Amino acid sequence: MMSEQKIRVLVGKPGLDGHDRGAKVVAAALRDAGMEVIYTGLHQTPEQIVETALQEDVDVIALSILSGAHMTLLPRVLELMRDAGMNDVLLTGGGIISKDDMEALGEMGVGQLFGPGTTTGEIVEYIKNWVNERGAKVGAA
Amino acid sequence: MTPTARKDRRDDGRPIVQEASTREERMAARVAAWRDRRDRQSARDIDFTTTSSMEVAPIYTPLDLADNDPLEAIGLPGEYPYTRGVYDSMYRTRLWTMRQFAGFATAEETNQRYHFLLDHGQTGLSVAFDLPTLMGYDSDHPMSEGEVGVCGVAIDSLADMETLFRGIPLDQVSTSMTINGPAIIFLALYMAVAEEQGVPSDKLRGTLQTDILKEYIAQKEWLFPPDPHLKIIVDMMGWCADNAPKWHPISISGYHIREAGSTAAQELAFTLADGFTYVEEGIKAGLDVDRFAPRLSFFWNAHNDFFEEIAKYRAARRIWARHMKQRYGAKNARSLLMRFHTQTAGCSLTEQQPENNIVRTAIQALAGVMGGTQSLHTNSMDETYALPTEKAAKIALRTQQVIAYESGVANVIDPLGGSYYVEALTDRMEAEAEAYFRQIEDLGGVVAGIEQGFFQRELAVAASRYQEEIDTRRRVIVGVNDFIEEDESLEIPILRIDPRYEREQCARVAEVRAKRDDAKYRAAMKSLRQSIRDERNLMEPVLDAVRSFATVGEIVELMRDEYGTWREPSIF
Amino acid sequence: MASTSRTPEVAGLLERFARGDRRALARALTWIENQQPGFEQLLHATHSGLGRAFRVGVTGPPGAGKSTLTEKFALLCRRHDQKVGILAVDPSSPFTGGALLGDRIRMQELTLDDGAFIRSMASRGRLGGLATTSLEAADLLEAFGFDVVIHETVGVGQTERDIVSAADTTVVVLVPESGDAVQTMKAGLMEIADVFVVNKADRPGAENLERALTATLGLKPRDGGDWAPPIVRTVAVEGEGIEELAAAIDAHRSHCHKSGALTAKQRARSADRVRDLVARRVDAHVWEWGGGEEILERALDGIRDGDATPYSVADEIVAAVGLDSRSARPGTEQEERG
Repeated sequence: MMSEQKIRVLVGKPGLDGHDRGAKVVAAALRDAGMEVIYTGLHQTPEQIVETALQEDVDVIALSILSGAHMTLLPRVLELMRDAGMNDVLLTGGGIISKDDMEALGEMGVGQLFGPGTTTGEIVEYIKNWVNERGAKVGAA
Repeated sequence: MTPTARKDRRDDGRPIVQEASTREERMAARVAAWRDRRDRQSARDIDFTTTSSMEVAPIYTPLDLADNDPLEAIGLPGEYPYTRGVYDSMYRTRLWTMRQFAGFATAEETNQRYHFLLDHGQTGLSVAFDLPTLMGYDSDHPMSEGEVGVCGVAIDSLADMETLFRGIPLDQVSTSMTINGPAIIFLALYMAVAEEQGVPSDKLRGTLQTDILKEYIAQKEWLFPPDPHLKIIVDMMGWCADNAPKWHPISISGYHIREAGSTAAQELAFTLADGFTYVEEGIKAGLDVDRFAPRLSFFWNAHNDFFEEIAKYRAARRIWARHMKQRYGAKNARSLLMRFHTQTAGCSLTEQQPENNIVRTAIQALAGVMGGTQSLHTNSMDETYALPTEKAAKIALRTQQVIAYESGVANVIDPLGGSYYVEALTDRMEAEAEAYFRQIEDLGGVVAGIEQGFFQRELAVAASRYQEEIDTRRRVIVGVNDFIEEDESLEIPILRIDPRYEREQCARVAEVRAKRDDAKYRAAMKSLRQSIRDERNLMEPVLDAVRSFATVGEIVELMRDEYGTWREPSIF
Repeated sequence: MASTSRTPEVAGLLERFARGDRRALARALTWIENQQPGFEQLLHATHSGLGRAFRVGVTGPPGAGKSTLTEKFALLCRRHDQKVGILAVDPSSPFTGGALLGDRIRMQELTLDDGAFIRSMASRGRLGGLATTSLEAADLLEAFGFDVVIHETVGVGQTERDIVSAADTTVVVLVPESGDAVQTMKAGLMEIADVFVVNKADRPGAENLERALTATLGLKPRDGGDWAPPIVRTVAVEGEGIEELAAAIDAHRSHCHKSGALTAKQRARSADRVRDLVARRVDAHVWEWGGGEEILERALDGIRDGDATPYSVADEIVAAVGLDSRSARPGTEQEERG
């Protein structure tokens, strides 16, 4: 029997913003890096994102936000993740997000956030490293 | 595709040297000899491709234009097929309109910004709405949380629209409004404000974006399925032809297609295909093509590759004129004119070393001008961080002024006309677009292509290829994958939208609902619903609804209820 | 074997699973998918809860609207108070092992429904239209208490045979544009379909497709000898024809119930499962514990030099782990013939 751990990543777009070029490029790049990517599509509420992440038992939630609503949406997702006991899941993402906001979100517990000009290689590496450091998913949450 | 169409070497690779008799043959021999010399030179180890990953030859010569009759294909400005420009004298008569897109927070704040811009020499207004408005949600809808006033101005009802244009006489400015799904509501709101100002609708100049097809393809801000949206657009085209003859009810947009990752040729082809679809819908609905086509306008992106962009605009003019004349039987010369607005490429801006964005924008803007644009928006250097600050927005406007008044490019019409490269590239763009038109036709048209995810897939593939070129450094982006500055610290200020605007706006919309004449509102909404069911032109019922202070969200909700919603196909 | 004992980790997960903790279900599915140590314990422990749910397969060419149809059917089940679990499979890249799972985009109305659960699965190398562990995942969903389990296949256009054994009723979804596919897939479709759906039936060509199907139907009655697959027309995005589809599925179910085909199918499924497990154990026995790998490694040079053949090496390995090769291995016949 073959035991095979795959990194599973939810890639989604919360809120009303429909600019999905980056999300799709990243989704394809993560697939090409050997990950299983659940692409949720557009206009997701934080509730939908967290419930999807739960059902899919993902390692990582990666959200793309270009609308400027990140200070509302990301903390809300984080809160719902905590309510659901998803303490072994990384919340990361990218978009038009200022350095100050990135820092503030980082303090709340959001992982690294990536701006325009990021290479997909950086994102792949970040996720792989994070999952390595976390270690394998275990039964207990 | 080889850049030179004709054979100028033997099968063994040696150039054909012969007693060249004609000029063309002498040219071919010279080019072959040059190529031999060049082949002995080393070349830099990079891909010689355009921004769209299209390979280009090291040189273009008259041989590349062998099939191109200069009179037929290139001609002169103001005459068919308009390759060189839509007007006889272009910028000698009137410079392009410098139209900076602006809007943030509330109508009150944005109104102040408009006064500032008009005072600084801007000649047209361009309204940026926030996402809830674009998606047809009122500011107090749960989906709007955190988004109110963030990427543009929040407009919930006629009350906000009155504030937005306070002190701006609508018969003296031209206004562009970037809104698509709820476009008919905004046409009605603008007309209602003009009514209150005492300006008749036939005096109003401006443009509504309205282009829903590119929303399904690229920007993803649709409200209903394609068919009802197209029906509403035909309503708007018909109403404007009768009542607001100077108004452009639709601006067929390639900008967002490009921003979503397309190549220049895809932007060209998909946008023109969208345009043809609107023309066909209008004709199908019984409108005379020469009544509405003169009011169709276009909106293109200006990306980094200077010549490729110029070729794109020139090809667009020629293709549009040909199809309008030959395929749709337009008789009025004005129906053949591809008039357009240009915006520099937001997606080309980098977060790293943001000041470099000023330079990128200048090059892109220059391409727009040399391509013969009718109006232009230049992006601000700080747009990868947030909405532009006043200073950054001013530099962007000044960039246009430097081009207009200092560079000298506005002195001569189509200054690159006749350039072997630009003409060859224009021909190639046209050929690529025509190939796409055939493919789209085989799919069953634009709407069928959208439902099958064809365009969306093409864009995703092109975007991934472009990113891969950057990731592997086959494409250099200054400051991003080369010429990187370590420990770069941000030295430009950031515009922040105070969250209090959202609270204020929510209070305002609640107040509007509380204070309006409820009976009048209900009657207007009832009549709108009935008009939808009877498939009547919706413009007058929507006008009545906005006059009764029905909110944008309420009207859209009623329409969603009648028309349904639409979900994107999965393209992976 | 390890499948009957429980580690504390498994016990903890099972306890939460039994309490109806959806996160425990999600995690258990991950164990199954990864075939992580302990996954057989999970399956063993939850197996007694099986035999109640109805399993529906949805298959068809790309762009036929499988996900939308699945969603609408699931929503109908929900209105009848049935809990629905969905396993939606997309292909894994054979080169990188990665996958893009996008079926949920078309099933968003179910996301926040407590009575529904969707899991996207990558095929992970399996070619028959399902994922390597689709069957086990379906067992888990059933054990968790879902009344209906829907398998949505990869849908790459070819005939996807896995679905036949995985589902009690298989729905083949076609669209007017797939008229040509019907001709080339004829035989395969006939074997698979219990119910045909002509989706997007408001488009031109629906009539023709239905006629083409009717013309080839009725030739091979199945499932007890007298089941003729009905053709249901739907416009899934509009929700049209979904009631009729549900009725057709129901009719097939009761037909199979009466004719005994359902029991036979479930028995066959159990038999397959045992055979698979035995094969897996034998495999593990030979390669992981029995030293097969070392013998193989040593023998490869011999095969190159002509001192041994793959057949003789296979015999050697099988004999070394204590299995009688003469009666079990086709390699033996080859050798004897040679």
